[in-house]
Amino acid sequence: MATNDYIPHAPGFVDNEGPKIVSSRFGHADSFTLERYEQTGGYQAVRSVLAGSTSDAAQLVKDAVLLGRGGAGFPAGVKWGFMPPVWPRYLVVNGDESEPGTYKDRLLMERDPHQLIEGCLIACYALGLNTCFLYVRGEMAEAQERIGTALNDAYDAGYVGRDMFGTDVAIDIVLHWGAGAYIVGEETALIESLEGNRGMPRLKPPFFPAAKGLYMKPTIVNNVETLANLPWLFTNGVDAYKEYGSERSPGTRMLAVSGHVNRPGVYEVEQGVVTFRELFYGDNYCQGIRDGNDLKMFIPGGGSAPWFFEEQLDLPMEAADVGSAGSMLGSGALVVMDETTDAVKACLRIVRFFARESCGKCTPCREGTTWEEQILQRILDGNGRPEDLDLLADIGSQISPGEYPAAAHPEAGLTAVPFPPKQTTICPLGPSSVAPITSAIRRFRHEFEAAIAASPAAPESDPEQRDAVVEVSA
Amino acid sequence: MSRLTAENVLLAQEIIARYPRPKSALIPLLHLAQEQDGYVAADAMEHLAELIGSTPAEVLGTCSFYEMFKREPVGRYVINVCTNISCQLNGGEELLHHAEEALGIRAGGTTDDGLFTLEDVECIAACTEAPCLQVNYRYEYRIDGGGFDRLVDDLRNNARPDIPRHGTLARDRQHIPADRLAGIASPETAGTPAWFERRQKAEAPAEERA
Repeated sequence: MATNDYIPHAPGFVDNEGPKIVSSRFGHADSFTLERYEQTGGYQAVRSVLAGSTSDAAQLVKDAVLLGRGGAGFPAGVKWGFMPPVWPRYLVVNGDESEPGTYKDRLLMERDPHQLIEGCLIACYALGLNTCFLYVRGEMAEAQERIGTALNDAYDAGYVGRDMFGTDVAIDIVLHWGAGAYIVGEETALIESLEGNRGMPRLKPPFFPAAKGLYMKPTIVNNVETLANLPWLFTNGVDAYKEYGSERSPGTRMLAVSGHVNRPGVYEVEQGVVTFRELFYGDNYCQGIRDGNDLKMFIPGGGSAPWFFEEQLDLPMEAADVGSAGSMLGSGALVVMDETTDAVKACLRIVRFFARESCGKCTPCREGTTWEEQILQRILDGNGRPEDLDLLADIGSQISPGEYPAAAHPEAGLTAVPFPPKQTTICPLGPSSVAPITSAIRRFRHEFEAAIAASPAAPESDPEQRDAVVEVSA
Repeated sequence: MSRLTAENVLLAQEIIARYPRPKSALIPLLHLAQEQDGYVAADAMEHLAELIGSTPAEVLGTCSFYEMFKREPVGRYVINVCTNISCQLNGGEELLHHAEEALGIRAGGTTDDGLFTLEDVECIAACTEAPCLQVNYRYEYRIDGGGFDRLVDDLRNNARPDIPRHGTLARDRQHIPADRLAGIASPETAGTPAWFERRQKAEAPAEERA
């Protein structure tokens, strides 16, 4: 059985007051073993699912309004319904967690791999398919070990593979792992990667993965946390599930809160109910900002999300509300920044991430993110030019035309621009690089201007010198 | 270095058999090559192309896209210091600078003794435990300069048996016993699962069945 108990548990999870749907076993030191999983009710839900019809199983997920937990928040049951009656078809589990600030799928994979496996089996049965690929991020060696061992144990026990649980059902789950590319978290890039190619997103439309995905066959890509909800959901039913969370967003979410809070951690939180203020300042959660400092800004949903400020603290963490306020809940990653934070520096760091991770397929993103990074770097280094803020806005408008989503600031007369942005690129990576820039410059323009004003005059306004450079390079 | 050893060829064939198309196994196979040699050698890429029925150019094309694959030898220990936003807010950049001074190399470089390669990396999903780093993809959480120095000493003194040498990811691999495999076929020949067809027939209303 489990041979890898020499790995200590990854830290970060806070076992606070509140419902525990996906983190119920996290308190056990041996939570990742088959023994513990079965002692705590594991692999019972899938047994009863196999005794029922496939369409009933799919309907239950639809009735529960199980929202995708990867970032887009699309209802899983509706996504499943997009599959045409074509076989073979595939389930691909997205465990390529790498959005800045996001830390929850790794915990779910390392600490309760059997819960994820059972969720995969239920989904495969409901979708009428027999091949599932579990794509784990390459850098997560420990998660790969835990899932590999859990799959071996589950195959040996007769829970995965042929004749599952003594029935005629046969489903394979194959552990696959990546090799370091953020963009592979995008579902079509993930499919490309799983086909052994460079992980570049596919243009959609015309084809969406549910119709033409892996090997151009119908493919559902679901996030780890989404599937980890299924065992509990099928054990306890739709009504019990809907007792938690809001009407539009039932259930819970795993939220990672990092940055300048007193108790950073991963919390399982009821969706759509708890406000940002409660999460950051509540005793049950993060217990306030460090050193009693004031909040400067926070990222509500991963590095791709436009920033929020003091004014947005009383919003409930409800996808629609957060979207109309100008940002997104995204991947459940909240980064809190206090008054000591340098807005230019924080902005540069996130932009640099997108510049490094751009796959290079679309020109506006490949070139634009690099330009953005270089301009922000020179502003920070004291070499900023007066035209730089306009230049940043211009580059941003070529990646993401029109007004970019941003939070309201009543005192400054700024109104919210709702999420999502428009884009000139195939995937949202390029537009995501515009999020920190628009957020920071809209709100802290004076910091950028001060940095530029303190810079010596730029040499490029001298045409003679500019021409000389051209001559040399020719 | 080097084509895959006979033992690794068997492992490669086992991995390839788990996919509907051989090329899908490419990333796990590149990891296998890197595990064998500590990096992905050119000969290994040619060998992988043979194993999956592809070309060396296709293999290189995939290999060169992914940051974890090193096409030149690197240190026995690759230290990845996260400087992304959550770590930056908690001293990640200072930690990287300390590491550069302590090892006497810049991020991206390898020490002369071939022991350490230092990298400045993006978010590694331990944001609540910032600042953090990975050594050969094993985590160190909330680490400061002193902690970094102790880590390096321990690695130099072989006092960290829990950290394998660079290239090894999971030490426990998935193995599917042949008699347990549900069956994975090429997308061209795989049809509807037999169990699903039986259930569809059983679930269909009586008149449809007649």
